[in-house]
Amino acid sequence: MKVGLFIPCYINQLYPQVGKATIELLERLQVEVIYPSGQTCCGQPMANSGYEYESVGTCNNFVENFKGFDYIVTPSGSCAYHVKKHYDIIPQTDAVTKVRNTIYELCDFLVNVLEVKNVGARFPYKVGIHKSCHGLRGLRLGSCSEKVTEPYSHIGTLLKEVLGTEIIELSRKDECCGFGGTFAVTEEAISVKMGKDRIQDHLNNGAEVITATDTSCLMHLEGLVTRNKQPLKIRHIAEILNSVVD
Amino acid sequence: MSHSKAATIFNKDENKVNWHDKALWFVRHKRDKSVHTVKGWEELRNLGHGIKAHTLSNLDNYLIQFEENAKKNGVQVHWAVDGEEHNKIVHQILKAHQAKKVVKSKSMLTEECHLNPYLEADGIEVIDSDLGERIVQLAKEPPSHIVLPAIHKTKEEVDALFQEHLGTKPCNGDPQYLTGEARKHLREKFIQADAAITGVNFAIADTGGIVVCTNEGNADMGAHLAPVHIACMGVEKLIPKQTHLGVFLRLLARSATGQHITTYSSHFKKPLKGSEMHIVIVDNGRTEQLSRPDFRASLHCIRCGACMNTCPIYRRSGGHSYDATIPGPIGSILSPGKDLKKHSSLPFASTLCGSCSDVCPVKIDIHSQLYKWRQLITKETPQPIIKKTSMKMMGNLFSKPLQFEKVGKVARWSLRNLPKGVINSKPNVWGKERDLPLGPTESFDEWYKKRKKNE
Repeated sequence: MKVGLFIPCYINQLYPQVGKATIELLERLQVEVIYPSGQTCCGQPMANSGYEYESVGTCNNFVENFKGFDYIVTPSGSCAYHVKKHYDIIPQTDAVTKVRNTIYELCDFLVNVLEVKNVGARFPYKVGIHKSCHGLRGLRLGSCSEKVTEPYSHIGTLLKEVLGTEIIELSRKDECCGFGGTFAVTEEAISVKMGKDRIQDHLNNGAEVITATDTSCLMHLEGLVTRNKQPLKIRHIAEILNSVVD
Repeated sequence: MSHSKAATIFNKDENKVNWHDKALWFVRHKRDKSVHTVKGWEELRNLGHGIKAHTLSNLDNYLIQFEENAKKNGVQVHWAVDGEEHNKIVHQILKAHQAKKVVKSKSMLTEECHLNPYLEADGIEVIDSDLGERIVQLAKEPPSHIVLPAIHKTKEEVDALFQEHLGTKPCNGDPQYLTGEARKHLREKFIQADAAITGVNFAIADTGGIVVCTNEGNADMGAHLAPVHIACMGVEKLIPKQTHLGVFLRLLARSATGQHITTYSSHFKKPLKGSEMHIVIVDNGRTEQLSRPDFRASLHCIRCGACMNTCPIYRRSGGHSYDATIPGPIGSILSPGKDLKKHSSLPFASTLCGSCSDVCPVKIDIHSQLYKWRQLITKETPQPIIKKTSMKMMGNLFSKPLQFEKVGKVARWSLRNLPKGVINSKPNVWGKERDLPLGPTESFDEWYKKRKKNE
């Protein structure tokens, strides 16, 4: 199995530790991971802002880098969703179709392709799961509170097996954090208020750490936690799953 | 005013935002509790979606069938191409009956057509008889929600409003006293009314009948007491058969408020002896929306308001921030179809979290349509130069890996070395209330290459 690792642009530049954790975790699980060096971004920042047509070059670059793999794995539900849902703006060649069908968010890949639940991690903290929307309602990485379905959650399945981790129940199970790409800036007041409320929900329920499948949500929440000096740590799920006992 | 500007103003009073958010979340929560007890809820949604899609695809035939059957029942049917014609028709009916006092039950369509000011200009008194609508009418405001028109008002504000307009005693916002007084006031208006206007929730093609759902019985009070009943409906209110109500009535109230069914689901089929019943069927941009493949499903809407209650932005910005007859997510996909330029900020008033689409009882892909409107808006309406240029630059940057790495390096260095005061200075809107991450010395790309070398 040949796996191509997609590290989203902002993780590459601002949160390399998330990328490192992802690659180390996958290698520990005996996956052969290759990081194609010509990759940049999935195109989402432009497309969600209404400039899909400016993202065509980016999409083509993505496909060029990832067309040769059995699977594409990324520590971002949002980017995986973007490739799956919105890559119909470029011609649907075999390569494009393949890329769209084989891209997986990390937890999804672990649970549904590798079929592992226990990755041998230890993380002795009270953790609240922020269910990033694009992964949740776009990729269906878990059941959402709106729909009447059997409850499930890929990130929850993995986190449950982590030694020492106590998963904190939130009052609002899957409310958006308010990041939303350029929304964070164009609708600054609401974005900030949504983030503050999301953090408060975690604090009220005794979380010590907020985790999620998406660093974008976490960057927004971390920005608020840092500014307001709140007693919360922010960790991407890959970092938690890669916390091994030496 | 753009949505974000209005939302910023609304957010100046954080306590009010918290109160508004909680009030609506309470309704969303009630909805959850109620739908989770229905076996086959998702199948009901599929059915609702399917019936609406089928009806819209055969709208011409069903409209003709509906008109025929309604006429057979002794109802007078009128057609209006737009709001102006709708208002004229209603006005003429009222004039023919020398009606000077009118009671009206909730109808978002008459809001959309601005019927009240049109009739008032001719000295006709129009009383909105739904309690929430009466409250906003007294406050001279538009409804801020389609099911809960006065949800933005606290009970203390209603107290003050009633003292001023209805002469009530101060009561510290005692809801029981206030509703009691409203009831007395409205009963008087019902008895005096020369004509009653209602909206329509469902128009049934195979019977020619209409159904109006209320919790206050105000549609019935109006229609049964007045000698003339005028029901106003948009073309999309049609359903083919009476039996389809079994799907929609179950979906509607549960989605709207968590009730199993509205207190009154009133069926109107023919005029009472000695009185008249009119139905005004209105297009006002609906067939144009129907012609847009990407957006036609927005016409499935049964006006339950669930997408508003669930929307984290709506809850924190208030209905008035949308400056449109229908606020919230559904309004943000309907309004651009009417006036793209005026409503161009609405599809951006969303994080595309998708909660609206999952809560929608007729499965409208609301968040996907928001995304699609964004693509049109940037092409068809003037955009800020800075946004346009930065998107072009970003598109170029991400197409060229080497350039991306170079720019990334500069950005990381700046985040690491520039003083916070510079980083968070005014042009950086992000930094107003949030920190940016400290730039790492090494990107993932650099780390990976180094690791490869050392292997």
